Amino acid sequence: MATIRTHIVSAEEEIFSGDVSAVFASAEMGEVGIFPRHAPFLSRLRPGEIRIRVDGEPDRHFFVSGGIIEVQPDMVMVLSDTAMRGEDLDEAKALEARQRAEELLQTQLSDIEAARALAELAEIAAQLRMIERLRKTR
Amino acid sequence: MSGEKEIRTQIASIGNTQKITKAMEMVAASKMRRAQERMASSRPYAERIRQAIGHVAGAQHEYRHPYLVARDEVKGAGFIIVSTDRGLCGGLNINLFKAAFGAIKEWQDKGAKVRVTVIGNKALGFFRRYAEIVSQATHLGDTPHIEQLIGPVKPMLDAYTDGGIDRLFLVENQFVNTMTQKPRVSQLIPTTGLEEDEAAGRLWDYIYEPEARSVLDTMLKRYIESQIYQAVVENVACEMAARMVAMKSASENAGELIGQLQLAYNKARQAAITQEISEIVGGAAAV
Repeated sequence: MATIRTHIVSAEEEIFSGDVSAVFASAEMGEVGIFPRHAPFLSRLRPGEIRIRVDGEPDRHFFVSGGIIEVQPDMVMVLSDTAMRGEDLDEAKALEARQRAEELLQTQLSDIEAARALAELAEIAAQLRMIERLRKTR
Repeated sequence: MSGEKEIRTQIASIGNTQKITKAMEMVAASKMRRAQERMASSRPYAERIRQAIGHVAGAQHEYRHPYLVARDEVKGAGFIIVSTDRGLCGGLNINLFKAAFGAIKEWQDKGAKVRVTVIGNKALGFFRRYAEIVSQATHLGDTPHIEQLIGPVKPMLDAYTDGGIDRLFLVENQFVNTMTQKPRVSQLIPTTGLEEDEAAGRLWDYIYEPEARSVLDTMLKRYIESQIYQAVVENVACEMAARMVAMKSASENAGELIGQLQLAYNKARQAAITQEISEIVGGAAAV
């Protein structure tokens, strides 16, 4: 079975590095599935999930808050701003953060602050979606 | 020969200095551990994005980003020099400045106008005399943040886009281990000539989503930020390691000096006693 070398790094640490049989990521224009010998591909990532499949093992999930994905025929590189392992996601924390961001939006904000709060909200929404999905598959 | 009293005060004062250098050594040692962790944790990103940029530089783009294209004629060269804010860290800064100075001289001899962005107080003081300083960042502390670096670096990137400079170099200290730090001058942009692999040379390009320009813009911005951030974080680790070693040897030297002075003190004391006894004996004999 062909494999593709995959590295997931965030600004803080290396999250994952190894040979896998498929990678699924939410790229800017939609979900992409990458298998070995994929054509060179370069895209920004949306806040969302990265799923890694290794044959004979359950899928592994990671959350990224955005970044860049680079694909070579024999390699995938995910350069994320912040990344978390799926099991490290914390629903309570995400809900709390959402409430904070929503409250912030209620107050009078400058354009930049409002944009930042909206971006944060989008990220939290993606986190919550992923938590929800992880719970269902479990 | 100096008197007993003078030697005693000298010993005491060197002892005080030794206490200070010992304390500084210990502070630097504990800070170094943390700085090293920070350096190690952000290193994978910096290295991976460097690799990715290496791939990108090898591709045949439909859109040529200015950072990816080398200009043949070099009218100006930019340097970003990462130094420490404080001294007392051995030859760390001096070695770095020597390397930077050599590179600057080389480009000046070729007729290029050199502009410098300095990070850290020490470089600011030094390069003020030799080159035009475009921007500066000092007092970043032991835990620098990327946001603090974006502002000072921007004028350099703007100068590159405007054609004010045609090459941008990063001068930084490399942390080899606690005992060794090596200065390094590396070309940041244009990115040609970075590590390229077997994919280079063939005609190929990426599939871009949504389009080449925005993806490459984001990616190159990240690349520069991460390289400079990594350099700054690494420099903190270097600073602490160098200071630790310098202070350790200072403490040892102080100990040695105290030993020598103690010997001189004992000799002086004994000589004084002997003299006194011989005076008493002489006096008693005279009676």
